[in-house]
Amino acid sequence: MTESMCEVRAGFIPLVDCAPLVVARELGFAEQEGLNLHLSKETSWATIRDRLAVSHIDVAHILAPMPVAENLGLGPLQTPMVVPMALGTGANSVTVSRELWQALSQFLDAADFDAANALSALGRVVRDRDASSLPRLTLGVVHPYSAHHYELAYWLASGGLIPGASVDLVVVPPPLMPAALASGHIDGFCAGEPWGTVAATDGNGVILTTNAQIWQNSPEKVLGVREDWAKSHAEGVSRLVRALYRAAQWCDVEGNQQQLATILADDRYVGQAAEQIRPCLARRLKTADGEFLTVEGFLNFASKAATFPWTSHALWFYSQMVRWGQVTFSSQAAEIARGTYRPDLYRAALAPLGIELPSANAKVEGALTSETPAGSTQGQLRLGPDTFFDGLVFDPDGLEAYVAGFEAKDKQS
Amino acid sequence: MLRRIVEIDPDVVFIDLENPNRDVLEHMFEVSRAVKRPIAMFVDQSDQASIEAAIEAGVSAYVVDGLKKERVRSILETAISRFNAFERLKRELEEAKNQLADRKVIERAKALLMQTRGMSEPDAYALLRKTAMNQNRRIAEIAESLVLAAGLLGGEVDK
Repeated sequence: MTESMCEVRAGFIPLVDCAPLVVARELGFAEQEGLNLHLSKETSWATIRDRLAVSHIDVAHILAPMPVAENLGLGPLQTPMVVPMALGTGANSVTVSRELWQALSQFLDAADFDAANALSALGRVVRDRDASSLPRLTLGVVHPYSAHHYELAYWLASGGLIPGASVDLVVVPPPLMPAALASGHIDGFCAGEPWGTVAATDGNGVILTTNAQIWQNSPEKVLGVREDWAKSHAEGVSRLVRALYRAAQWCDVEGNQQQLATILADDRYVGQAAEQIRPCLARRLKTADGEFLTVEGFLNFASKAATFPWTSHALWFYSQMVRWGQVTFSSQAAEIARGTYRPDLYRAALAPLGIELPSANAKVEGALTSETPAGSTQGQLRLGPDTFFDGLVFDPDGLEAYVAGFEAKDKQS
Repeated sequence: MLRRIVEIDPDVVFIDLENPNRDVLEHMFEVSRAVKRPIAMFVDQSDQASIEAAIEAGVSAYVVDGLKKERVRSILETAISRFNAFERLKRELEEAKNQLADRKVIERAKALLMQTRGMSEPDAYALLRKTAMNQNRRIAEIAESLVLAAGLLGGEVDK
């Protein structure tokens, strides 16, 4: 290596999708790019945000909507951030308590994770509970600015179950979800793997549906970079994107799953037994019958452009922030949301590799009902499906109308 | 936790930076109607030095809006010094534990040298010390290598 090494300090939360960062360090992808990658395991998203704010870390494995929220001035310490790449899609599940599952199962024909059937069963249970004056169901999400929160709320509201009116949503840290479920503090949760599998394996939880059923190939975590660091370390950002891209590709190879599970199981990383991590990597989830079912597209580290920072993802999160009253709509704010995700940085970093890059920066979310060839640099890229379970389509150019459509519907419910 | 906060009705909440419940707390401040006043983290966002000092010490602070800046700063400083003192105690305890472990391994290495080379205890210790100095390593490290090597060479350790 003729160039000097670049120091990068990265924060992460122990979840399966921190894998590209861990693999980049452990298997030398970072070093190959001339990066000295230091990893710092954190216990909460608030601490990730604070450590970014005071420059303890430069980059982080972070909830996809968080950098958008930061740039919009939501939350306590605002640190301008950029997102040069995504860290995969999927790997979330909606897991419910045994007790709630008993109630739901009388309205379900099969334990197959189908989102629409699960929702209609949940609607009937909620109405029954109302009729018998039982307390409202409480579901855990990991953070107010998380894909989990927006997807869970989207799914619930689509069946007329408005968060705060029909069900309560509370924040619970992912590692505490299984215990909160076991103690009856919550009736269900939406969190990243391995926590759904941990709850399903210890017998206190049943996986009801997944985010792959609610919104196929949907965004989850991204690489958040402090804007000032990105500006002063343009070459460092490029190297990091390349290292993480290669690491993500390695993570997607089926033959590497066993080794990846072993690496992640280490206490310095996820700190859960490899057996709890392997099912998710194999895209297999435990059903109520105790069988493991393959969930198509449950998790992508790299394939289907899973590392591409689609500006339509940033804008979808923004639309949901407006929908749930976290921020008011303005075209200026929408511009800030869009500008947070930086496909230009992604392209600049990966162009030297001569790989397939999408031609567009945004797509109409929900338009691809099956895997479809997409415009790309070499014409070989296949994307999708990216449908929402209710069939709605999000055109980022029609954001205002999209949000207005929900407003009318949510009020009726 | 929410009930406790409602009961106490505090002006300032300090929480360990490593506490995973920070996300819970922040969400509670955002949405809960039970907590009367809006609570912002760090009273003066422009006071970067205080914020850094707090995070450095592993403290995060949530302060009720409208509390005087000077008062907050002095409370924050007290909290940081408490946290620092607690950290120091933890570190000292850790060091004490390590020292105890060090002493044990040095004792075993000395015993090995005395048995296998017929050295006196002071000579055995002097040899360990001299080797450590030559190698620019700690005596405990040399002792550990010796015990490990002896174990590999045929279980001398337990003789």
